[in-house]
Amino acid sequence: MHHKVVVVGGNRIPFAKAGGRYARASNHDMLTAALDGLVARAGLAGERIGEVAGGAVLKHPNDFNLTREAVLSSALAPETPACDLQQACATGLETTMYIANKIALGQLSHGIAAGVDSASDAPIAVSDPLRRILLEASRARSAKERLAAFAKIRPAHLAPAAPRVAEPRTGLSMGDHQALTTTRWDIDRASQDELAAASHHRLAEAWERGFFDDLVTPYLGVTRDAVLRPDTSVEKLGALKPAFGGPDGTMTAGNSTPLSDGAAAVLLASEEWAAEHHLTPWARIVDAEVAAVDHPGGADLLLAPVGATGRLLARQGLTVDDIDLFEIHEAFASTVLATLKAWQDEDYCRSLGLEGPIGTIDRARLNVTGSSLAAGHPFAATGARIVPTLAKLLHERGPGSRGLISVCAAGGQGVVAILEAV
Amino acid sequence: MSIVEKAYYSPAGRKVAAKAGLAEPPRLRRGRAFPHGPIVLAPLGASTLVADTLALLGRSHEAPVVDAGGDAPGYGDRIGALVVDATDVRTVAELEGLRAVLRPAVRGIERSGRIVVVARPGTGRGWEADAVARALDGINRTVAKELRGGATATLLYAHDGVEAGDLVSTLGFVLQGRSAFVDGQSWHVRPGSGTVDRLEDRPLEGRVCVVTGAARGIGAAIARTLARDGATIVAVDIPAAGEQLAAVANEVGGTALQLDITADDAGARIAEHVAARGTRIHAMVHNAGITRDKMLVNTDAARWGSVLDVNLAAEMRINAVLLDPGTAGGMADDGRIVGVASTSGLAGNKGQTNYAASKAGVAGLVIAMAPDLAERGITANAVAPGFIETEMTQRIPFVQREIFRRVNSLNQGGQPVDVAETIGYLVDPASQGVTGQVVRVCGQNMVGA
Repeated sequence: MHHKVVVVGGNRIPFAKAGGRYARASNHDMLTAALDGLVARAGLAGERIGEVAGGAVLKHPNDFNLTREAVLSSALAPETPACDLQQACATGLETTMYIANKIALGQLSHGIAAGVDSASDAPIAVSDPLRRILLEASRARSAKERLAAFAKIRPAHLAPAAPRVAEPRTGLSMGDHQALTTTRWDIDRASQDELAAASHHRLAEAWERGFFDDLVTPYLGVTRDAVLRPDTSVEKLGALKPAFGGPDGTMTAGNSTPLSDGAAAVLLASEEWAAEHHLTPWARIVDAEVAAVDHPGGADLLLAPVGATGRLLARQGLTVDDIDLFEIHEAFASTVLATLKAWQDEDYCRSLGLEGPIGTIDRARLNVTGSSLAAGHPFAATGARIVPTLAKLLHERGPGSRGLISVCAAGGQGVVAILEAV
Repeated sequence: MSIVEKAYYSPAGRKVAAKAGLAEPPRLRRGRAFPHGPIVLAPLGASTLVADTLALLGRSHEAPVVDAGGDAPGYGDRIGALVVDATDVRTVAELEGLRAVLRPAVRGIERSGRIVVVARPGTGRGWEADAVARALDGINRTVAKELRGGATATLLYAHDGVEAGDLVSTLGFVLQGRSAFVDGQSWHVRPGSGTVDRLEDRPLEGRVCVVTGAARGIGAAIARTLARDGATIVAVDIPAAGEQLAAVANEVGGTALQLDITADDAGARIAEHVAARGTRIHAMVHNAGITRDKMLVNTDAARWGSVLDVNLAAEMRINAVLLDPGTAGGMADDGRIVGVASTSGLAGNKGQTNYAASKAGVAGLVIAMAPDLAERGITANAVAPGFIETEMTQRIPFVQREIFRRVNSLNQGGQPVDVAETIGYLVDPASQGVTGQVVRVCGQNMVGA
């Protein structure tokens, strides 16, 4: 890292539950809106940006070159290059690191990292047999051949195939996987509901104090996160029926993130570029680490970030006591709680090759403005939501404040990053 | 659109309306275009102030046709404007000279033409001179009402010591299409910096102008117009209006600042935003405003307080922060503060006690601030829009709306850009001698002072 990389701003649209207010908005529309809000905030209209990296987890075939196409629809100069990346739910953090690394190497002076997802506008494919028949018909050289191909269509072929939310190697959904982790780590219902309630209350409080005035731009008339329930409580959450883990399960719709729609973007720059453009650096990107676990072999699907956290802290010569704020993505309340337990578990940490437990943290320093349970979790957007949020929080605390981001992802992966206020 | 409105705008409806005297209103000349026909200059004494100003504007001028009795004299082709230098006029008898040049001109003026009288103000020059100064106002208002086809009349009071350079931005504004909806008005010009020698097309180049309520309507038009004139725009609006605000900011190549102007730290956050970009504010345009209309018998403390807070008190709190010389990113010396008043405030309007209070208050505020800020070269002025075609006025029921937009000398509602252009004139660095003024942008609405 030769050049210091700083977060100088961010923007997202309010997140909404799938099938809600953004039901008719595409990935392209939402990503463009997130970019335009960022451009307006930073005064970048008509400017050629070094590079924009974005991505989506649920992509249509016509989302080809999604980020570049969104750039062309945005107020940015059409000469702004862009690329698509994807690392499941960690996409927004991985795009951040992609741009940050290029800046650190001097390949870019600045860039935008982004992520978007629409669970409402998810691609629906035709069934595999139907697809083969249609392809055969299109290759047909005569009307007779074409009719022969169509004659093979059976009613069952017409059922649409929605994208699979299950892990391809285990056949289990993410919730099913997390239910196994919840049981294995002995996470009780009450602590999950408490964490979920705190997430809502903290996010609501941040909205109330205007914290998001320079982080969010309304979209399609939605001015606040539509998932947010400021008046929820442990009692209300306690009344919900289990959604995963069978009749005795502890995971509910209330302590699991809902399928969501939304987009987010981060403006990253070298210190020099930020100064030239009169933009206040909030925090610098210190370092990041990626990890994966062998979930087909039985490892906890969503605990991959634990190993990444231990290795990253060790590389930086830091302990959890050197970190002021923690942002652990709330895929499920129990993911966060299991992660915290894993951090304290000496045997588990050693099994990952770490020298000892990562440590225990004060919960008052965790997700202080709420996280995905309250905000929603449009998969690829979450990392790009968290980075500017944490950077601004650290900036408010003053120079030298450090924060750690931990995001789990499908496929048994995870990305962890450290930011430090400048 | 209501059935009545649809019928009104149908071809048959238009014919009926025209017969009923509701003719298609004139299309006004707008933008930086000068009058099409020649500018006629009529000096009523030895003063060369107006001639010198026209020279700085780069406009040639012709001699006037003077009515000396006999058949009503006239111009051959239509004239674009008559500009009268009446700064030497002191007596009632001398007003005859004005009549003699006005009479041929009102008949021969082109559509969207201009009649401009430049005179001395009635500020203690003796009883007759002061009476004459006021008589000119009566003449101006009446001429404005008699002119047709979108032509307007304006009276400018040039104080002692005003030189051509001090008058350039004002006379340029009045002659150009930018003043399309300013009619029958008079305001004062005092000696300025004395360094102006021309009318700039982009006078705000490289200057930061903050516009509140910039997400739509008049505020968006202000942002666009000031940006056209070279300004770097900081577009401010409430967070809930952020989507439109971002679109406006991106369109004008400025920045968006989502901010509730009634927040305690609103002024500080505006200054911080500007300071971060290493500059100070050239112009602060307080455009944001709300209405909570009710007849006074139904007006509770909440309706009263919210309107006064947004429209007046917030503006005062923000000014206090920005005018503190110690505020990084605050008002620059020779800066400009513009408030947006309203004809409702100046004349009163049924069901708008709270709004009228706030908007008349804005007029009072700039008049009070102007002398105190003069030492730093900062001017404080207000515009007072009349009926302007916006989303807000579009919600007024059709028949009422059609009456509102017709009860002025131009027979139509104004456009948001008309308010914006007037603000552009007031924030022009060349308008240094214009302060403590309230300029109505109302087409000489029958309602108002």
